[in-house]
Amino acid sequence: MTTSYLAPGLAVPVPRRDGLDTAYWTGLRDGVLNLQRCEDCGRFQWGPEWICHRCHSFELSFLPVEPRGRIYSYERVWHPVHPALAAQGPYLIVLVELPHADDVRLVGNLLGDAEQPVTIGAEVEGVFEHHPDAEAPHSLLQWRLKTS
Amino acid sequence: MASTQRSYARGSLRGKVAVAGVGETEYYKRGQSPDAEFKLALKAIIAACNSAGIDPRSVDGFASYSDDRSDPSRLAAALGCRELAFANMQWGGGGGGSSAALANGAAAIVAGLADTVVVFRALAQGQFGRFGQGPRVNTISGSGAHTVPHGLMSPAQMFAMKVVRFMHDHGVEQEALRAIALACYQHAQSNPRAVMHGRPLDESTYDASRWIVEPFHLFDCCQENDGAAAMVLVSAERARDLPHKPCYVLSAIGGSHYRAGASVHNTPDYASSNFKSIAPRLYEMAGVTPRDVDVLQSYENFTGGVLMSMVEHGFVEPDGCNEFFTKDNLIAPDGALPLNTSGGNMAECYMHGLGLNVEGVRQIWGTSTAQVADVNVSMVTSGPMVTPVSSCIYGTEATL
Repeated sequence: MTTSYLAPGLAVPVPRRDGLDTAYWTGLRDGVLNLQRCEDCGRFQWGPEWICHRCHSFELSFLPVEPRGRIYSYERVWHPVHPALAAQGPYLIVLVELPHADDVRLVGNLLGDAEQPVTIGAEVEGVFEHHPDAEAPHSLLQWRLKTS
Repeated sequence: MASTQRSYARGSLRGKVAVAGVGETEYYKRGQSPDAEFKLALKAIIAACNSAGIDPRSVDGFASYSDDRSDPSRLAAALGCRELAFANMQWGGGGGGSSAALANGAAAIVAGLADTVVVFRALAQGQFGRFGQGPRVNTISGSGAHTVPHGLMSPAQMFAMKVVRFMHDHGVEQEALRAIALACYQHAQSNPRAVMHGRPLDESTYDASRWIVEPFHLFDCCQENDGAAAMVLVSAERARDLPHKPCYVLSAIGGSHYRAGASVHNTPDYASSNFKSIAPRLYEMAGVTPRDVDVLQSYENFTGGVLMSMVEHGFVEPDGCNEFFTKDNLIAPDGALPLNTSGGNMAECYMHGLGLNVEGVRQIWGTSTAQVADVNVSMVTSGPMVTPVSSCIYGTEATL
Protein backbone atom coordinates (compact mmCIF):
# COMPACT_ATOMS: atom_id res chain seq x y z
CA MET A 1 0.00 0.00 0.00
CA THR A 2 1.30 3.41 -0.93
CA THR A 3 1.00 6.44 1.32
CA SER A 4 -2.52 7.81 1.46
CA TYR A 5 -2.94 11.57 0.99
CA LEU A 6 -6.17 11.76 2.99
CA ALA A 7 -6.96 10.03 6.27
CA PRO A 8 -8.84 6.75 5.75
CA GLY A 9 -12.58 6.52 6.27
CA LEU A 10 -14.10 8.33 3.29
CA ALA A 11 -16.39 6.41 0.97
CA VAL A 12 -14.42 3.99 -1.18
CA PRO A 13 -14.94 4.15 -4.97
CA VAL A 14 -16.45 1.14 -6.69
CA PRO A 15 -17.26 0.73 -10.40
CA ARG A 16 -20.81 1.46 -11.50
CA ARG A 17 -22.97 -1.64 -11.58
CA ASP A 18 -23.80 -1.00 -15.24
CA GLY A 19 -20.11 -1.30 -16.18
CA LEU A 20 -19.71 2.15 -17.70
CA ASP A 21 -16.52 3.04 -15.82
CA THR A 22 -15.10 -0.38 -14.90
CA ALA A 23 -12.10 -0.04 -17.24
CA TYR A 24 -11.09 3.17 -15.51
CA TRP A 25 -11.07 1.64 -12.04
CA THR A 26 -9.40 -1.63 -13.02
CA GLY A 27 -6.81 0.36 -14.95
CA LEU A 28 -5.86 2.44 -11.93
CA ARG A 29 -5.25 -0.74 -9.93
CA ASP A 30 -2.74 -1.77 -12.62
CA GLY A 31 -1.12 1.66 -12.62
CA VAL A 32 -2.70 2.65 -15.94
CA LEU A 33 -4.94 5.65 -16.66
CA ASN A 34 -7.68 4.47 -19.02
CA LEU A 35 -9.95 7.15 -20.43
CA GLN A 36 -12.94 6.86 -22.72
CA ARG A 37 -12.44 7.51 -26.43
CA CYS A 38 -14.81 7.40 -29.37
CA GLU A 39 -13.83 4.81 -31.96
CA ASP A 40 -15.57 6.73 -34.73
CA CYS A 41 -14.41 10.33 -34.27
CA GLY A 42 -11.32 9.45 -32.24
CA ARG A 43 -11.91 12.03 -29.51
CA PHE A 44 -11.71 11.53 -25.77
CA GLN A 45 -14.58 12.43 -23.44
CA TRP A 46 -14.87 12.46 -19.65
CA GLY A 47 -16.78 11.51 -17.46
CA PRO A 48 -17.67 8.33 -19.27
CA GLU A 49 -21.01 8.09 -21.06
CA TRP A 50 -22.74 5.54 -23.25
CA ILE A 51 -22.65 7.79 -26.30
CA CYS A 52 -20.11 10.14 -27.86
CA HIS A 53 -21.47 13.63 -27.28
CA ARG A 54 -19.79 14.85 -30.47
CA CYS A 55 -20.79 12.30 -33.12
CA HIS A 56 -23.39 10.15 -31.27
CA SER A 57 -21.47 6.96 -31.87
CA PHE A 58 -22.08 4.17 -29.37
CA GLU A 59 -18.69 2.65 -30.22
CA LEU A 60 -16.65 3.84 -27.26
CA SER A 61 -13.64 2.18 -25.73
CA PHE A 62 -11.04 2.91 -23.06
CA LEU A 63 -7.51 3.82 -24.07
CA PRO A 64 -4.40 4.18 -21.88
CA VAL A 65 -3.39 7.82 -21.51
CA GLU A 66 -0.18 9.19 -20.06
CA PRO A 67 -1.06 10.58 -16.63
CA ARG A 68 0.16 14.14 -16.99
CA GLY A 69 -1.50 17.48 -17.40
CA ARG A 70 -1.80 21.01 -16.09
CA ILE A 71 -3.75 22.50 -13.23
CA TYR A 72 -7.01 23.98 -14.55
CA SER A 73 -8.30 25.00 -11.12
CA TYR A 74 -7.82 24.03 -7.48
CA GLU A 75 -9.17 24.52 -4.01
CA ARG A 76 -7.74 24.37 -0.51
CA VAL A 77 -10.23 22.77 1.89
CA TRP A 78 -10.09 23.69 5.59
CA HIS A 79 -13.45 22.72 7.09
CA PRO A 80 -13.95 18.95 7.47
CA VAL A 81 -17.39 17.85 6.28
CA HIS A 82 -16.81 14.20 7.18
CA PRO A 83 -15.70 12.70 10.53
CA ALA A 84 -12.81 10.89 8.81
CA LEU A 85 -11.26 14.28 8.04
CA ALA A 86 -11.68 15.77 11.51
CA ALA A 87 -7.93 15.66 12.22
CA GLN A 88 -6.81 16.01 8.59
CA GLY A 89 -6.17 19.74 8.52
CA PRO A 90 -6.16 21.56 5.18
CA TYR A 91 -5.84 19.63 1.94
CA LEU A 92 -5.59 20.48 -1.74
CA ILE A 93 -7.91 19.34 -4.53
CA VAL A 94 -6.86 19.99 -8.11
CA LEU A 95 -8.75 19.86 -11.38
CA VAL A 96 -6.23 18.67 -13.95
CA GLU A 97 -6.65 19.20 -17.68
CA LEU A 98 -5.04 16.69 -20.07
CA PRO A 99 -4.06 18.48 -23.32
CA HIS A 100 -3.04 15.21 -25.00
CA ALA A 101 -6.53 13.75 -24.37
CA ASP A 102 -8.71 16.52 -25.82
CA ASP A 103 -8.50 18.57 -22.63
CA VAL A 104 -10.60 16.23 -20.49
CA ARG A 105 -10.33 17.05 -16.80
CA LEU A 106 -9.72 14.80 -13.79
CA VAL A 107 -10.16 15.52 -10.08
CA GLY A 108 -7.42 14.53 -7.64
CA ASN A 109 -5.33 15.76 -4.74
CA LEU A 110 -2.09 17.71 -5.14
CA LEU A 111 0.59 15.94 -3.14
CA GLY A 112 2.98 17.85 -0.94
CA ASP A 113 2.51 20.70 1.51
CA ALA A 114 -1.20 21.48 1.76
CA GLU A 115 -0.40 25.14 2.33
CA GLN A 116 1.84 25.50 -0.73
CA PRO A 117 0.91 28.21 -3.22
CA VAL A 118 -0.80 26.68 -6.26
CA THR A 119 -0.47 28.04 -9.77
CA ILE A 120 -3.19 27.56 -12.36
CA GLY A 121 -1.49 26.23 -15.48
CA ALA A 122 1.30 24.46 -13.59
CA GLU A 123 2.31 21.09 -15.07
CA VAL A 124 1.63 18.01 -12.98
CA GLU A 125 2.21 14.29 -13.26
CA GLY A 126 0.10 11.45 -11.95
CA VAL A 127 0.89 9.29 -8.93
CA PHE A 128 -1.07 6.08 -8.38
CA GLU A 129 -2.25 5.68 -4.80
CA HIS A 130 -3.08 2.03 -4.16
CA HIS A 131 -5.45 0.83 -1.45
CA PRO A 132 -5.32 -3.00 -1.72
CA ASP A 133 -6.52 -3.49 1.85
CA ALA A 134 -9.59 -1.25 1.66
CA GLU A 135 -13.09 -2.68 2.08
CA ALA A 136 -13.26 -2.56 -1.69
CA PRO A 137 -9.67 -2.65 -2.98
CA HIS A 138 -9.07 0.29 -5.29
CA SER A 139 -6.55 2.84 -6.49
CA LEU A 140 -6.75 6.60 -6.86
CA LEU A 141 -4.87 8.88 -9.25
CA GLN A 142 -3.16 11.74 -7.42
CA TRP A 143 -0.96 14.52 -8.78
CA ARG A 144 2.35 16.13 -7.99
CA LEU A 145 4.12 19.09 -9.54
CA LYS A 146 6.23 17.99 -12.50
CA THR A 147 9.89 17.76 -11.68
CA SER A 148 11.75 19.36 -14.57
CA MET B 1 -22.67 25.68 -29.72
CA ALA B 2 -25.38 28.20 -30.60
CA SER B 3 -28.63 27.79 -28.73
CA THR B 4 -31.84 27.40 -30.64
CA GLN B 5 -33.34 30.74 -31.55
CA ARG B 6 -36.64 31.27 -29.80
CA SER B 7 -39.14 34.04 -30.24
CA TYR B 8 -41.39 35.14 -27.44
CA ALA B 9 -43.68 37.16 -29.67
CA ARG B 10 -46.16 34.36 -29.03
CA GLY B 11 -46.40 32.03 -26.10
CA SER B 12 -44.78 34.39 -23.64
CA LEU B 13 -45.62 34.35 -19.95
CA ARG B 14 -45.23 38.12 -19.83
CA GLY B 15 -47.94 39.76 -17.76
CA LYS B 16 -50.32 36.81 -17.93
CA VAL B 17 -49.85 35.48 -14.41
CA ALA B 18 -49.51 37.22 -11.05
CA VAL B 19 -48.36 36.32 -7.58
CA ALA B 20 -51.47 36.81 -5.47
CA GLY B 21 -50.08 35.81 -2.10
CA VAL B 22 -46.96 34.66 -0.27
CA GLY B 23 -46.50 32.74 2.95
CA GLU B 24 -43.63 31.65 5.15
CA THR B 25 -43.25 29.73 8.36
CA GLU B 26 -41.09 31.00 11.14
CA TYR B 27 -37.51 30.40 10.07
CA TYR B 28 -35.25 28.22 12.23
CA LYS B 29 -31.65 27.22 12.50
CA ARG B 30 -31.44 23.59 11.34
CA GLY B 31 -32.82 21.16 13.89
CA GLN B 32 -34.83 23.77 15.78
CA SER B 33 -38.20 23.51 14.05
CA PRO B 34 -40.81 22.15 16.46
CA ASP B 35 -42.87 21.16 13.43
CA ALA B 36 -42.42 18.23 11.08
CA GLU B 37 -41.32 19.18 7.56
CA PHE B 38 -44.73 18.37 6.04
CA LYS B 39 -46.46 20.52 8.68
CA LEU B 40 -44.11 23.37 7.76
CA ALA B 41 -45.24 22.99 4.13
CA LEU B 42 -48.90 23.12 5.17
CA LYS B 43 -48.36 26.19 7.35
CA ALA B 44 -46.61 28.10 4.55
CA ILE B 45 -49.32 27.17 2.03
CA ILE B 46 -52.13 28.21 4.39
CA ALA B 47 -50.33 31.50 5.04
CA ALA B 48 -49.89 32.11 1.30
CA CYS B 49 -53.59 31.41 0.65
CA ASN B 50 -54.57 33.79 3.48
CA SER B 51 -52.27 36.41 1.97
CA ALA B 52 -53.98 35.92 -1.41
CA GLY B 53 -57.47 35.98 0.08
CA ILE B 54 -58.36 32.58 -1.37
CA ASP B 55 -59.62 29.35 0.17
CA PRO B 56 -56.86 26.68 0.22
CA ARG B 57 -59.49 24.21 -1.03
CA SER B 58 -59.49 26.08 -4.34
CA VAL B 59 -55.80 25.38 -4.98
CA ASP B 60 -55.64 22.97 -7.92
CA GLY B 61 -51.93 22.87 -8.70
CA PHE B 62 -48.58 22.51 -6.94
CA ALA B 63 -45.08 23.13 -8.28
CA SER B 64 -41.81 22.55 -6.48
CA TYR B 65 -38.18 21.55 -7.10
CA SER B 66 -35.16 19.68 -5.78
CA ASP B 67 -37.16 16.53 -5.02
CA ASP B 68 -39.24 18.22 -2.33
CA ARG B 69 -40.61 15.52 -0.05
CA SER B 70 -44.06 17.10 0.43
CA ASP B 71 -45.99 15.22 -2.22
CA PRO B 72 -48.74 17.25 -3.96
CA SER B 73 -51.28 14.44 -3.65
CA ARG B 74 -50.77 14.32 0.11
CA LEU B 75 -50.93 18.11 0.30
CA ALA B 76 -54.16 18.21 -1.71
CA ALA B 77 -55.68 15.49 0.46
CA ALA B 78 -54.59 17.19 3.68
CA LEU B 79 -55.95 20.55 2.55
CA GLY B 80 -59.16 19.14 1.11
CA CYS B 81 -58.45 20.63 -2.31
CA ARG B 82 -61.47 20.07 -4.55
CA GLU B 83 -59.25 18.68 -7.28
CA LEU B 84 -55.60 18.29 -8.22
CA ALA B 85 -55.02 19.42 -11.80
CA PHE B 86 -51.26 20.03 -11.88
CA ALA B 87 -48.51 18.31 -9.86
CA ASN B 88 -45.09 19.42 -11.03
CA MET B 89 -41.50 18.75 -10.03
CA GLN B 90 -38.58 20.62 -11.62
CA TRP B 91 -35.67 18.21 -12.08
CA GLY B 92 -32.28 19.04 -10.63
CA GLY B 93 -30.84 19.52 -7.21
CA GLY B 94 -29.97 22.63 -5.31
CA GLY B 95 -32.00 25.80 -5.44
CA GLY B 96 -31.74 26.09 -9.21
CA GLY B 97 -35.43 25.25 -9.48
CA SER B 98 -36.83 28.01 -7.32
CA SER B 99 -37.67 30.30 -10.23
CA ALA B 100 -38.23 27.41 -12.64
CA ALA B 101 -41.00 26.08 -10.39
CA LEU B 102 -42.60 29.49 -10.72
CA ALA B 103 -42.17 29.29 -14.52
CA ASN B 104 -43.78 25.85 -14.57
CA GLY B 105 -46.70 26.96 -12.43
CA ALA B 106 -47.22 30.10 -14.48
CA ALA B 107 -47.06 28.11 -17.72
CA ALA B 108 -49.72 25.74 -16.39
CA ILE B 109 -52.05 28.67 -15.76
CA VAL B 110 -51.40 30.21 -19.17
CA ALA B 111 -52.01 26.85 -20.82
CA GLY B 112 -55.24 26.34 -18.93
CA LEU B 113 -54.02 23.26 -17.06
CA ALA B 114 -54.78 24.76 -13.66
CA ASP B 115 -56.27 27.93 -12.17
CA THR B 116 -54.59 28.35 -8.77
CA VAL B 117 -51.06 27.03 -8.45
CA VAL B 118 -49.03 26.98 -5.25
CA VAL B 119 -45.26 27.14 -5.71
CA PHE B 120 -43.65 25.90 -2.52
CA ARG B 121 -40.54 24.52 -0.85
CA ALA B 122 -40.40 22.85 2.56
CA LEU B 123 -37.04 21.85 3.95
CA ALA B 124 -36.12 20.72 7.44
CA GLN B 125 -32.41 19.93 7.26
CA GLY B 126 -32.46 19.10 10.96
CA GLN B 127 -34.88 16.24 10.24
CA PHE B 128 -33.49 14.83 7.00
CA GLY B 129 -29.77 15.56 6.92
CA ARG B 130 -27.59 18.56 6.39
CA PHE B 131 -26.63 19.78 2.93
CA GLY B 132 -23.21 20.88 4.15
CA GLN B 133 -21.98 17.43 5.19
CA GLY B 134 -20.41 14.69 3.12
CA PRO B 135 -22.13 11.34 2.55
CA ARG B 136 -21.85 8.76 5.34
CA VAL B 137 -21.55 5.66 3.19
CA ASN B 138 -18.89 2.98 2.90
CA THR B 139 -18.70 2.85 -0.88
CA ILE B 140 -19.63 5.19 -3.70
CA SER B 141 -20.07 4.73 -7.44
CA GLY B 142 -20.89 6.92 -10.42
CA SER B 143 -19.67 10.49 -10.75
CA GLY B 144 -19.23 10.80 -6.97
CA ALA B 145 -16.63 8.03 -7.05
CA HIS B 146 -14.35 10.41 -8.95
CA THR B 147 -14.58 13.20 -6.36
CA VAL B 148 -15.62 11.99 -2.88
CA PRO B 149 -12.50 9.83 -2.24
CA HIS B 150 -10.46 12.99 -2.87
CA GLY B 151 -12.40 14.88 -0.21
CA LEU B 152 -14.60 16.78 -2.69
CA MET B 153 -18.14 16.16 -1.48
CA SER B 154 -19.94 19.23 -0.11
CA PRO B 155 -21.61 22.00 -2.12
CA ALA B 156 -18.94 24.50 -1.01
CA GLN B 157 -16.27 22.15 -2.32
CA MET B 158 -18.16 21.47 -5.57
CA PHE B 159 -18.41 25.17 -6.38
CA ALA B 160 -15.25 26.76 -4.93
CA MET B 161 -13.19 25.32 -7.77
CA LYS B 162 -15.32 27.18 -10.34
CA VAL B 163 -15.04 30.39 -8.35
CA VAL B 164 -11.25 30.05 -8.00
CA ARG B 165 -10.95 29.78 -11.76
CA PHE B 166 -13.30 32.74 -12.37
CA MET B 167 -11.43 34.93 -9.87
CA HIS B 168 -8.14 33.90 -11.50
CA ASP B 169 -9.37 34.70 -15.01
CA HIS B 170 -10.76 38.11 -14.06
CA GLY B 171 -8.57 39.26 -11.20
CA VAL B 172 -11.43 39.33 -8.70
CA GLU B 173 -10.37 40.20 -5.15
CA GLN B 174 -11.69 38.72 -1.92
CA GLU B 175 -13.23 42.11 -1.04
CA ALA B 176 -15.75 41.70 -3.86
CA LEU B 177 -17.07 38.54 -2.21
CA ARG B 178 -17.01 40.23 1.17
CA ALA B 179 -19.25 43.07 -0.06
CA ILE B 180 -21.97 40.55 -0.91
CA ALA B 181 -21.86 39.00 2.56
CA LEU B 182 -21.93 42.42 4.23
CA ALA B 183 -24.96 43.52 2.21
CA CYS B 184 -26.93 40.35 3.05
CA TYR B 185 -26.17 40.67 6.76
CA GLN B 186 -26.97 44.38 6.83
CA HIS B 187 -30.40 43.78 5.28
CA ALA B 188 -31.12 41.03 7.80
CA GLN B 189 -30.71 43.53 10.63
CA SER B 190 -33.97 45.26 9.64
CA ASN B 191 -35.80 41.96 9.03
CA PRO B 192 -37.21 40.40 12.23
CA ARG B 193 -37.88 37.12 10.36
CA ALA B 194 -34.18 36.70 9.67
CA VAL B 195 -32.30 34.04 11.60
CA MET B 196 -29.30 36.44 11.64
CA HIS B 197 -31.42 39.40 12.85
CA GLY B 198 -29.50 40.99 15.70
CA ARG B 199 -26.20 39.50 14.50
CA PRO B 200 -24.56 42.16 12.35
CA LEU B 201 -21.41 41.45 10.34
CA ASP B 202 -18.54 43.88 9.84
CA GLU B 203 -15.43 43.74 7.68
CA SER B 204 -13.04 42.68 10.40
CA THR B 205 -15.33 39.87 11.58
CA TYR B 206 -15.55 38.61 8.00
CA ASP B 207 -11.79 38.85 7.49
CA ALA B 208 -11.09 37.01 10.75
CA SER B 209 -13.61 34.24 10.13
CA ARG B 210 -12.27 30.79 9.39
CA TRP B 211 -11.89 29.36 5.92
CA ILE B 212 -14.40 26.73 4.88
CA VAL B 213 -12.73 26.19 1.53
CA GLU B 214 -10.77 28.95 -0.14
CA PRO B 215 -12.04 31.44 -1.35
CA PHE B 216 -15.02 30.98 0.98
CA HIS B 217 -14.81 32.18 4.54
CA LEU B 218 -17.56 31.06 6.93
CA PHE B 219 -19.54 34.19 6.03
CA ASP B 220 -19.38 33.46 2.29
CA CYS B 221 -21.60 30.43 2.89
CA CYS B 222 -25.36 30.10 3.25
CA GLN B 223 -26.98 28.78 6.40
CA GLU B 224 -28.60 25.39 6.94
CA ASN B 225 -32.18 25.89 8.14
CA ASP B 226 -35.65 24.50 8.75
CA GLY B 227 -38.70 26.21 7.28
CA ALA B 228 -41.11 26.49 4.38
CA ALA B 229 -42.27 29.14 1.93
CA ALA B 230 -45.10 29.27 -0.60
CA MET B 231 -46.52 31.54 -3.29
CA VAL B 232 -49.99 31.52 -4.87
CA LEU B 233 -50.15 32.07 -8.63
CA VAL B 234 -53.33 33.03 -10.48
CA SER B 235 -54.14 34.59 -13.84
CA ALA B 236 -53.51 38.31 -14.20
CA GLU B 237 -57.23 38.96 -14.64
CA ARG B 238 -58.11 37.17 -11.43
CA ALA B 239 -55.31 38.85 -9.49
CA ARG B 240 -56.86 42.26 -10.06
CA ASP B 241 -59.85 41.24 -7.89
CA LEU B 242 -57.69 39.97 -5.01
CA PRO B 243 -56.41 41.99 -2.02
CA HIS B 244 -52.80 42.62 -3.09
CA LYS B 245 -51.67 44.96 -5.79
CA PRO B 246 -50.88 42.48 -8.58
CA CYS B 247 -47.26 41.37 -8.84
CA TYR B 248 -46.99 40.27 -12.45
CA VAL B 249 -44.62 37.62 -13.71
CA LEU B 250 -42.80 39.34 -16.58
CA SER B 251 -40.64 36.31 -17.27
CA ALA B 252 -39.45 33.11 -15.66
CA ILE B 253 -37.07 30.57 -17.19
CA GLY B 254 -35.03 27.55 -16.19
CA GLY B 255 -32.15 25.92 -18.04
CA SER B 256 -28.40 25.83 -18.44
CA HIS B 257 -25.73 26.24 -21.10
CA TYR B 258 -24.05 23.68 -23.37
CA ARG B 259 -23.17 20.48 -21.49
CA ALA B 260 -23.46 22.12 -18.09
CA GLY B 261 -24.15 18.63 -16.78
CA ALA B 262 -20.93 17.04 -18.06
CA SER B 263 -19.72 15.01 -15.11
CA VAL B 264 -16.51 15.17 -13.06
CA HIS B 265 -16.12 18.94 -13.61
CA ASN B 266 -15.91 18.62 -17.42
CA THR B 267 -18.37 21.36 -18.41
CA PRO B 268 -16.59 23.10 -21.29
CA ASP B 269 -17.44 26.61 -20.03
CA TYR B 270 -16.42 25.72 -16.49
CA ALA B 271 -16.05 28.97 -14.56
CA SER B 272 -19.71 29.83 -14.97
CA SER B 273 -22.81 30.18 -12.84
CA ASN B 274 -24.67 28.46 -15.73
CA PHE B 275 -26.95 31.42 -16.62
CA LYS B 276 -25.33 32.39 -19.93
CA SER B 277 -27.97 30.75 -22.12
CA ILE B 278 -31.05 31.74 -20.13
CA ALA B 279 -30.24 35.36 -19.21
CA PRO B 280 -30.84 36.75 -22.73
CA ARG B 281 -34.10 34.81 -22.97
CA LEU B 282 -35.16 36.09 -19.56
CA TYR B 283 -34.75 39.72 -20.58
CA GLU B 284 -36.28 39.17 -24.00
CA MET B 285 -39.43 37.66 -22.52
CA ALA B 286 -39.72 40.40 -19.91
CA GLY B 287 -38.99 43.19 -22.37
CA VAL B 288 -36.54 44.80 -19.97
CA THR B 289 -32.77 45.26 -19.75
CA PRO B 290 -30.46 44.94 -16.73
CA ARG B 291 -30.62 48.73 -16.34
CA ASP B 292 -34.38 48.54 -15.75
CA VAL B 293 -33.98 46.25 -12.73
CA ASP B 294 -34.69 48.19 -9.52
CA VAL B 295 -33.80 45.50 -6.99
CA LEU B 296 -32.25 42.02 -7.18
CA GLN B 297 -32.48 38.89 -5.08
CA SER B 298 -29.62 36.60 -6.12
CA TYR B 299 -29.37 33.09 -4.69
CA GLU B 300 -26.43 32.72 -2.36
CA ASN B 301 -25.23 29.22 -1.90
CA PHE B 302 -21.90 31.05 -1.74
CA THR B 303 -20.94 34.65 -2.43
CA GLY B 304 -18.90 33.66 -5.47
CA GLY B 305 -22.04 32.29 -7.12
CA VAL B 306 -23.82 35.60 -6.57
CA LEU B 307 -20.96 37.49 -8.18
CA MET B 308 -20.89 35.20 -11.22
CA SER B 309 -24.71 35.27 -11.53
CA MET B 310 -24.70 39.05 -11.62
CA VAL B 311 -21.98 39.06 -14.27
CA GLU B 312 -23.90 36.59 -16.43
CA HIS B 313 -27.13 38.60 -16.06
CA GLY B 314 -25.31 41.66 -17.42
CA PHE B 315 -25.15 43.84 -14.30
CA VAL B 316 -21.36 44.09 -14.40
CA GLU B 317 -18.56 43.14 -16.78
CA PRO B 318 -16.42 40.23 -15.60
CA ASP B 319 -13.37 42.45 -15.35
CA GLY B 320 -15.26 45.17 -13.46
CA CYS B 321 -16.16 43.18 -10.34
CA ASN B 322 -13.70 44.83 -7.96
CA GLU B 323 -15.15 48.27 -8.66
CA PHE B 324 -18.83 47.21 -8.73
CA PHE B 325 -18.98 44.90 -5.72
CA THR B 326 -18.88 47.35 -2.82
CA LYS B 327 -21.26 47.29 0.11
CA ASP B 328 -22.53 50.79 -0.73
CA ASN B 329 -23.56 49.66 -4.23
CA LEU B 330 -25.53 46.70 -2.90
CA ILE B 331 -27.55 48.05 0.03
CA ALA B 332 -31.09 49.42 0.10
CA PRO B 333 -32.48 51.92 -0.37
CA ASP B 334 -29.90 53.93 -2.29
CA GLY B 335 -27.32 51.46 -3.62
CA ALA B 336 -26.79 51.17 -7.38
CA LEU B 337 -28.43 47.73 -7.24
CA PRO B 338 -29.83 46.74 -3.82
CA LEU B 339 -29.18 43.03 -3.32
CA ASN B 340 -30.87 40.39 -1.18
CA THR B 341 -32.95 42.86 0.78
CA SER B 342 -34.34 40.28 3.21
CA GLY B 343 -30.89 38.96 4.10
CA GLY B 344 -31.29 36.07 1.67
CA ASN B 345 -30.08 32.52 2.11
CA MET B 346 -27.07 33.76 4.06
CA ALA B 347 -28.73 35.86 6.73
CA GLU B 348 -32.52 35.49 6.54
CA CYS B 349 -33.01 31.77 5.97
CA TYR B 350 -31.76 29.16 3.55
CA MET B 351 -35.27 28.46 2.28
CA HIS B 352 -33.60 26.91 -0.75
CA GLY B 353 -34.13 30.15 -2.63
CA LEU B 354 -37.90 30.44 -2.45
CA GLY B 355 -37.54 33.06 0.27
CA LEU B 356 -35.75 35.19 -2.32
CA ASN B 357 -38.77 34.96 -4.61
CA VAL B 358 -41.06 35.92 -1.73
CA GLU B 359 -38.84 38.95 -1.08
CA GLY B 360 -38.87 39.83 -4.78
CA VAL B 361 -42.67 40.00 -4.57
CA ARG B 362 -42.55 42.12 -1.40
CA GLN B 363 -40.42 44.67 -3.21
CA ILE B 364 -43.17 45.01 -5.83
CA TRP B 365 -45.81 45.32 -3.09
CA GLY B 366 -43.71 47.87 -1.19
CA THR B 367 -43.64 45.79 2.00
CA SER B 368 -39.97 44.78 2.34
CA THR B 369 -38.16 45.54 5.58
CA ALA B 370 -35.45 47.05 3.35
CA GLN B 371 -37.74 48.59 0.79
CA VAL B 372 -36.32 50.25 -2.30
CA ALA B 373 -38.26 53.33 -3.47
CA ASP B 374 -40.51 53.15 -6.53
CA VAL B 375 -39.82 49.56 -7.53
CA ASN B 376 -41.31 48.55 -10.86
CA VAL B 377 -38.99 45.72 -11.88
CA SER B 378 -37.85 43.18 -9.30
CA MET B 379 -35.64 40.27 -10.30
CA VAL B 380 -34.62 36.92 -8.79
CA THR B 381 -31.82 34.56 -9.86
CA SER B 382 -31.90 31.03 -8.50
CA GLY B 383 -29.21 28.46 -7.78
CA PRO B 384 -25.96 29.45 -9.44
CA MET B 385 -23.58 26.70 -10.60
CA VAL B 386 -26.07 23.82 -10.43
CA THR B 387 -27.99 22.65 -13.50
CA PRO B 388 -30.60 23.62 -14.40
CA VAL B 389 -30.61 27.11 -12.90
CA SER B 390 -33.47 29.61 -13.25
CA SER B 391 -34.38 33.28 -13.02
CA CYS B 392 -37.52 35.40 -12.99
CA ILE B 393 -38.58 39.00 -13.25
CA TYR B 394 -41.61 40.52 -11.52
CA GLY B 395 -43.23 43.80 -12.53
CA THR B 396 -45.90 46.23 -11.43
CA GLU B 397 -48.94 47.19 -13.49
CA ALA B 398 -46.87 50.07 -14.89
CA THR B 399 -44.52 47.64 -16.65
CA LEU B 400 -47.24 45.97 -18.71
